[in-house]
Amino acid sequence: MDAQTIIAKRIAQELRSGMLVNLGIGIPTLVASHVPTSINVFFQSENGLIGTGPIPEEGMAHPTLTDAAGHPVSALPGASTFDSAISFGLIRGGHVDMTVLGGLQVDEEGHLANWMIPGKMVPGMGGAMDLVTGAKRVVVAMQHTAKGKPKIVKKCTLPLTSLRRIDLVVTDLAVISFPEGGATLIETAPGVTPEQVIAATEAELVVPDHVPEMRL
Amino acid sequence: MKTIAVKDAVAMIPDGASLMIGGFMAVGTPERLVDELVRQGKRNLTIIANDTAMPGRGVGKLVSAGLIAKTIASHIGLNPETQQQMIAGKMAVDLVPQGTLIERIRAGGFGLGGILTPTGVGTVVEEGKQRMEMDGKSYLVETALHAEFALVHSFLADYDGNLSYALTARNFNPVMATAADTVIVTAEHIVPVGVIAPDHVVTPAPLVDYLVTNE
Repeated sequence: MDAQTIIAKRIAQELRSGMLVNLGIGIPTLVASHVPTSINVFFQSENGLIGTGPIPEEGMAHPTLTDAAGHPVSALPGASTFDSAISFGLIRGGHVDMTVLGGLQVDEEGHLANWMIPGKMVPGMGGAMDLVTGAKRVVVAMQHTAKGKPKIVKKCTLPLTSLRRIDLVVTDLAVISFPEGGATLIETAPGVTPEQVIAATEAELVVPDHVPEMRL
Repeated sequence: MKTIAVKDAVAMIPDGASLMIGGFMAVGTPERLVDELVRQGKRNLTIIANDTAMPGRGVGKLVSAGLIAKTIASHIGLNPETQQQMIAGKMAVDLVPQGTLIERIRAGGFGLGGILTPTGVGTVVEEGKQRMEMDGKSYLVETALHAEFALVHSFLADYDGNLSYALTARNFNPVMATAADTVIVTAEHIVPVGVIAPDHVVTPAPLVDYLVTNE
């Protein structure tokens, strides 16, 4: 299984029936492909849609039915559309149960940096700051390291997305949660040992005696 | 409400004007008005929009033509030309969180001086802004946005100027229609009064100043 599939499949296990969920672009988008068939989840696109469905088949796309990247999507039965004030009212107002976002850095305290690299990449924050500030649960999906360097660091050196701490980060190596007191290793990827995770992580991890493997 | 040809609508807009332009990655952007801005070569514009789309589409056409002096947007990441002009100092870019941007526009249109939002507290977005504590929570004071013109794209417009929108082409459009001195609207279809049922009108006719006629 490739790294992105591991991450997406594991995060899909966090979904529960009836949740309103916002997926960011990149790896988070893949989570939608792994939703258990037994549950019903509402996906929001922040450009103004609840009930976002799969990419339409060739010839079935509509120019005004798109996701937050401007790509064609479909709408599921029961979908609704609304303006950007309502869309962000849902996000900031605590009505979104879970958001899944990409990350550049996550630090020991659970702070996320995911919107700019000064001097290199200034795309703008889009909806990321509102999502991290307002969603009930924030899950980050990212590779554990970038070019061999840890992305889970002691303290974020890149500009923060929010002061609000994330709840969970899922990588190709591990699942790490942020309860009171810091970053806690709660699962490893299949075939990965806690020692390997610690070696690939700059942040100090709390490691319980027994760390189970992800069940994918 | 008056009906107007697209070239006459754009002729009303002077160089240096501030424009709100609806759309999200060019979906729901009034492309005919944008094309005419480029054709007439309006310069030095201040653009308030969610994003600068991509080269060749929506607001991206104004970027490519070098017509923008300042952009207030939440995302410019899919238009490399915006980033080039920003780095070269040709265009000022003010990046605003998307939820804050739409609320600042709403405040401008709804007679509010600004809004209090938790988004951005403790980040670079806070720089130069007032922080307020309310019931033990921290908020930033974000000021209202207003523009001289709003360029809005609708799905249906009736002869009076009542508007409805299609799917994700709604986005910033109805909010911007409240927040400018002059509101200019294009529509996919112009229909008789009554075709849009009262419950389905999203933008009430009195908000619309000009409806651009279809060819």
